[in-house]
Amino acid sequence: MSLWRRAWFVCLMAGASVPLFGQIDFSGEWAPRFYEDQPERVPGPELGDYLGLPINAAARMRADTWDASLLTLPEWQCRPHGADYIWRGPSNLTITKEVDPVTREITAFHAVWLRSVDRPVYLDNRPHPPEYANHTWAGFTTAKWDGDMLTTYVTHLKEGYIRRNGVPRSDLATLTEHWIRHEDFLTVVTIVTDPVYLTEPFIRSTDYQLDLHQHVPPYPCDIVEEVDRPRGVVPNILPGKNTFLNEFAQRHKLPPEAARGGAETMYPEYQLKMQKP
Amino acid sequence: MKSKLLVFAMAVSLGMAQQSAPERRAERVQPAGEVHILHVRGPIYMLVGAGGNITVSVGQDGVLLVDTGLANMSDKVLAAVRQLQREVAANGVPNLHYGAESLSTARVILDTNAPPKPIRYIINTHVHADHTGGNEKLAKAGRTLTGGNVAGQLADASEGAAIIAQQAVLDRMSAKPATNQPAIPFDALPTETFHSDMKLSAFFNGEGVHIIHMPAAHTDGDSIVYFRGSDVISAGDVFVTTSYPFLDLERGGGINGEIDALNRILDLSIAEFRLEGGTMVIPGHGRLCDSADVAYYRDMVTIIRDRIQDMIKHDMTLEQVKAARPTLDYDPRYGSGERFIEAVYRSLSQAKK
Repeated sequence: MSLWRRAWFVCLMAGASVPLFGQIDFSGEWAPRFYEDQPERVPGPELGDYLGLPINAAARMRADTWDASLLTLPEWQCRPHGADYIWRGPSNLTITKEVDPVTREITAFHAVWLRSVDRPVYLDNRPHPPEYANHTWAGFTTAKWDGDMLTTYVTHLKEGYIRRNGVPRSDLATLTEHWIRHEDFLTVVTIVTDPVYLTEPFIRSTDYQLDLHQHVPPYPCDIVEEVDRPRGVVPNILPGKNTFLNEFAQRHKLPPEAARGGAETMYPEYQLKMQKP
Repeated sequence: MKSKLLVFAMAVSLGMAQQSAPERRAERVQPAGEVHILHVRGPIYMLVGAGGNITVSVGQDGVLLVDTGLANMSDKVLAAVRQLQREVAANGVPNLHYGAESLSTARVILDTNAPPKPIRYIINTHVHADHTGGNEKLAKAGRTLTGGNVAGQLADASEGAAIIAQQAVLDRMSAKPATNQPAIPFDALPTETFHSDMKLSAFFNGEGVHIIHMPAAHTDGDSIVYFRGSDVISAGDVFVTTSYPFLDLERGGGINGEIDALNRILDLSIAEFRLEGGTMVIPGHGRLCDSADVAYYRDMVTIIRDRIQDMIKHDMTLEQVKAARPTLDYDPRYGSGERFIEAVYRSLSQAKK
């Protein structure tokens, strides 16, 4: 074959299989792998553990005054994790793909966890909704291919949390993700940017493994009266009255100020600072 | 030459791949000073950008507005309403049910060339000018359907849309204005008032409309409007997403009434699935919401009330309370809490006396 013909053949093949690059398949059944995150993700974080979180004083105060009994209110009993935290939940994940029947392009992925809402990830170039549209737990996600990596951008999130001990994430936050597949392993990097409660982007990575025998079952949730309390009561701890905040630092022999978090505590240099007398 | 050709081929391939890849961020930029329309559910739409949010029901029975925005935005509001009327006339109403006067949905198919039905009702959620400023112009653009004795005895009974509000709204709008303030035009005043609650006498655009008074909340004349078929609540300023509640103590507002109002909205709301969707709530200002958003807001308002209540219990002065910064954790979201702290403090102190 002449060089010209080879060149045209490459061009034709590119056109016939548009898009040529970056079409790795994320669909399938994925089981979470916990590794070093197990203590935070399964039993849950300890009260007052803000270590390594780039939070500001406002986030710290909300977490300090957070009362876990809040979750017994009818309004919160069936709340799922938000799109940024759901990866960290201990539940299994199903990803399906939506294919345009004519062009056969992947127009969306859908991610569903045990206790989540459906989360569409649109690849069809649709615009994000206007700022006055409603927010959801899953938010509104668009995505593009960066080679084999899928990069998503999420807006319109409801308020959520970045750690399950009351550290908040606001509804003005946005989320960027990188979905990366290595054979049967899926790594998702989440980058939360929150102008309300974070001073720097908060980056985490989470791993899953393909599980061909998995099927995510239904998980209905019924709201019941868990606590008999007067109407209108919202459980909270008054500022300065939370007696449990120091337990985490004491138990792990950490300087109390380290447990209070802040961007500085994310970086390795902080360990050296802690070791100084 | 070979390498040039291969580079060319790869460039073409990359170009094609790029063409099929979506743009990353395409959020719509909203020009300032424009009125935007957001479809909520069924015949219910939300108009944003005219001051306070406006709720519109548009369909075979005509148009109902909850609030009218600022006076200087009336023309743009009216243009948005006309646009909705044209679209409904051409395309029909989503999820159309039987109406009060039109009765049959089948007629809509045949009547697409009919002129749009008029604005018939305006409901004011409270007295403030960013929610009532357009009353005069928008009411004049509408019409009240009358008959029998009313039509015979009141020559102007059918002129303009009816304006419905809680009695305190009329009392305050018709009161002698403060010095250097112009009086509110007569045609902008409510024409029908109620004290506790009111239901429209018949279905409007296929559903019951329930107007419920929320005493001593944002003001003393607040109402929410519940569209029972669409399952949409128009909340007025007892619920906003852009700031702390503005407790207008001079006009009868108060913190405990505000919390009661938020809890009442939650009482009426049922989420569709996992505390999302279902009853939709249009706030007085800000984005469209559902009950979870109201619950977050209720939590915030209640928690701050509890903190200030505790400080008052410990005999702290207003200045000491402000210095203690009881809203510090919510200020980055809702702005400076100083005015809210003062209003809560004064509201609770009044109640204590």
